[in-house]
Amino acid sequence: MSRRHQNFRNYRQEQRLTQHRVIAAAILVLLMVIALMARLFYLQVIEHEIYQTKADDNRVMLSTLPPPRGLIYDRNGLVLADNRPIHSLTVIPERVEDLPKLKQTLSNIIPISDIEWQDFEDRRKEYRRPYQSLTLKSQLTDKEWAKIAVDLYKLDGVQVEAQLTRYYPYGEAFAHAIGYVGRITSADLERVDRLAYQGALFIGKTGVEGFYENTLFGEAGLSKAEVNARGRIMSELERQNPTPGKDLHLYLDARLQQYAYDLLGDYTGSVVAIDPTTGGILALVSKPGFDPNLFVRGISYDSYSELRESKKLPLFNRALRGGYPPASTIKPFMALAGLEYGFSSWTERYFAKGYYQINPDGRRYRDWKRTGHGWIDLERSIIESVDTYYYQLAHKMGITPMHNFLSRFGFGQSTLLDLHGESHGILPSSEWKKAKYKEPWYSGDSVNVGIGQGFMVATPIQIASATSALASRGRYFHPRMTNTVGDVPAKFESGPGDRDDIILKDQRNWEKIVEAMRKVITDPLGTGRRLRGGDYSIAGKTGTAQVFSLQEDQEYDAESLVKRLHDHALFIGFAPTEAPKISMFAIFEHGGSSSKPADLTKKLFDAYLYDDYPARYDYLKGNKNEG
Amino acid sequence: MKDSLYHRAVSFANARLWQLVHVDILLLGSLLLLISGGLFVLYSASGQDVAMVERQIFRLAVGMMVCLALAQLPPKYMRRASPTLFILVTFLLVGVLLFGVGAKGAQRWLPLPGGLRFQPSEIMKIVMPMMIAWYFSDRQLPPTFKQILAVLALIVLPVLLVAKQPDLGTSILVAVAGIFVLFLAGLGWRYILGAAALAPVAGYVLWQFMREYQRQRVLTFLNPESDPLGTGWNIIQSKTAIGSGGLYGKGWLEGSQAQLDFLPESHTDFIIAVLAEEFGMLGCAVLILAYLLVIARGLYIAANAEDNYARLLAGSLTLTFFIYMFVNIGMVSGILPVVGVPLPLVSYGGTSIITIMATFGILMSIQTHKRAR
Repeated sequence: MSRRHQNFRNYRQEQRLTQHRVIAAAILVLLMVIALMARLFYLQVIEHEIYQTKADDNRVMLSTLPPPRGLIYDRNGLVLADNRPIHSLTVIPERVEDLPKLKQTLSNIIPISDIEWQDFEDRRKEYRRPYQSLTLKSQLTDKEWAKIAVDLYKLDGVQVEAQLTRYYPYGEAFAHAIGYVGRITSADLERVDRLAYQGALFIGKTGVEGFYENTLFGEAGLSKAEVNARGRIMSELERQNPTPGKDLHLYLDARLQQYAYDLLGDYTGSVVAIDPTTGGILALVSKPGFDPNLFVRGISYDSYSELRESKKLPLFNRALRGGYPPASTIKPFMALAGLEYGFSSWTERYFAKGYYQINPDGRRYRDWKRTGHGWIDLERSIIESVDTYYYQLAHKMGITPMHNFLSRFGFGQSTLLDLHGESHGILPSSEWKKAKYKEPWYSGDSVNVGIGQGFMVATPIQIASATSALASRGRYFHPRMTNTVGDVPAKFESGPGDRDDIILKDQRNWEKIVEAMRKVITDPLGTGRRLRGGDYSIAGKTGTAQVFSLQEDQEYDAESLVKRLHDHALFIGFAPTEAPKISMFAIFEHGGSSSKPADLTKKLFDAYLYDDYPARYDYLKGNKNEG
Repeated sequence: MKDSLYHRAVSFANARLWQLVHVDILLLGSLLLLISGGLFVLYSASGQDVAMVERQIFRLAVGMMVCLALAQLPPKYMRRASPTLFILVTFLLVGVLLFGVGAKGAQRWLPLPGGLRFQPSEIMKIVMPMMIAWYFSDRQLPPTFKQILAVLALIVLPVLLVAKQPDLGTSILVAVAGIFVLFLAGLGWRYILGAAALAPVAGYVLWQFMREYQRQRVLTFLNPESDPLGTGWNIIQSKTAIGSGGLYGKGWLEGSQAQLDFLPESHTDFIIAVLAEEFGMLGCAVLILAYLLVIARGLYIAANAEDNYARLLAGSLTLTFFIYMFVNIGMVSGILPVVGVPLPLVSYGGTSIITIMATFGILMSIQTHKRAR
């Protein structure tokens, strides 16, 4: 067909046409190659560093090696916070063919909760290095571990990994003092080095565990390894071994702590014992406590709500945060204030009726003894705890000298060196009242403060440390938990000398006030005469705090309401009076008579000073003196 | 004088010798440059698997024999055989759909006796341009509108058959091979611009016909980070390999992405990433230059071929070879979606080496069978 037209075809022109097209194609090829080279230039030169980093991230697996956590010992070398090996179930998702099936298989062996599975699934979907194992169930029980171990060989990608976990052998009596570690939350990660905590299971939350987190944690080690895409380690490039956390040696005496806890009986309350020569806390009890081990495992919602909703407030650290009126335990301090500022003297006598009035027709401030005490002096006002004496003294003095003097003992301030969360209490002043209530200070306010009531609120740790200062005749040590860190004495940013020792105008007043407090025990009319009998002398002061703030939790049934109205029973004391080795504050909430804390104090003093513990506490003896 | 004469005589004799055995020495030289460079990269990419490199060398040797054999066949015989071959291979494609074997849900191979199998779609990459070039060989250029339609009709059937296997990459290359002939034949620029304008529509239609996994590839191409562990993994890792190579590379066998298996398909489709990581941008430039030498020689042969058939066929085959390389490097470096196209003559394996070498055999034949003028 077309051959007929051949003669008319212009072959040269057709050749030129196709040649032009070849040239056009060549130009196109060049342009596209330039585009490719530009792309390569962009990736390899301009964005080189980004990809270099990505390649290194791929190649180099940085893993932190969690250091073993420092142990916490009591003064006798008993381990209060220990490390125990636990086993966790981990899964490498890439090695598992059928995850839902695996869940089923595992569930048939050990319980896997939906929450655990969901957690696992969530973490699996995050961007991560392939072939890295993810924890499915942490802290297997021995039984679970044994059950899994049997079938492990047929479960591809499933491993049991061993780690160290925290263990508190002595439970609830120590929970508020030692604190506990718990799962690391995102809030925790804000304030610590994320890399260091990468492999860590938990972090100190409260108590000593919380305060000394950095010391106890140690320093995480680092392993830099070259890995291939399947997560297999080809070679270790660099390794920095972890530095174990340092051990803490506390002043705490485990037997004393447990004994005090038990002596509180069914009462809620607090006991704080301090060594006045060091400020070291020998016992720090807040009852009820709780099992700190619950928090280590990651407390279940149910257990937590049970603790939170308990009317006895077991999670509330009364020793540090409980606000109580110091009541008559304030009287020795008030007496010293009166002497210091010249509002009273040892010789001046005062006729104590059953009440005190600011104005002749005004309100009657009643003494605990309705009949009154008759003619008394300052010493006797302490021995018999004469309220009216302190009403008139406070009235005369006014709030400012009281405030100034009491603040030298640490009232209204935080005093603890090495625990977080201490409450300041309230040491009232006229400025304070103006700021808080927008009202002036009235004489009646002073009168109430005179016997440690009214606006005054103090925490057990405050009263105990003030008592300790009294016991050491004005030598002031901030209370502290820790004696040595590792083998080195604990260092504190603020320490002894940070607050001045209390120097009185007449230093002989220390001995006299101690003598008055000794007579609280020995005098036939002394309010602490129950403590008599012992071959060492005790100084003390009772207190009974009226309960008038019911605001916090009002829902109480009739039965507990009755108890609720009972006064708090308080006692401060120290022994031996000549050279005190232990000073004490104890409070039984709604304990009624102060005989309960007084008895407790006596028993604890006997125990501490003469090693006179009931045999059942032998297990807390520690081994410092043995072998 | 004597020397110079002597040398001229020798070079004349040599030229004649190559003419005699129908080998284009420039094309052969560029190819050998490319192939030997590729083997170095393959050795590294395969994790220093000597056996794999040996198999590749064997395959290249077979390809070279096919190349040299085809070079002996004068183009006029090829032209005559073109329609027959086209019909035959089209039937084979139908056969693939009926009796084909394959893997991963695709049927691409026809079984041969003795456990061998071959892929007709590969042959179609050569036969398609042969057919269209044949069609234009005794028609006056440029093509009329009617002729364009006729050619498009010729292209559509085999392309659909290949796409049905399904093999999107090959079907596009087959279509491209045919369309290049049309372009070289002088397809009007207004048609080309019109087609470019219609591309979005075509894209939409294509999207409708795509399978789920193919759509996923396109989506991943648009945003690889959306599925970093799944379909996006390949492209993220290959970009990382390329980018981390920098200007000079990390050194042969020193690429962590390639050596530690972060790079998937590192010895097949993604082999350029290994080169880019270990030899850097410099290495890539050398490789691309080697390709350009081959392509330049191919286009030179096309431009200087004797007749329309030879010109169109040579041009189309060369451009298709270029497209291979462009699509592969483009997809590995993340400017094109991932379609399974190997890097010609460098990627390990497959039928494609034989067909590509056959292509160069045809080019040599075209260059060496010209009548002396």
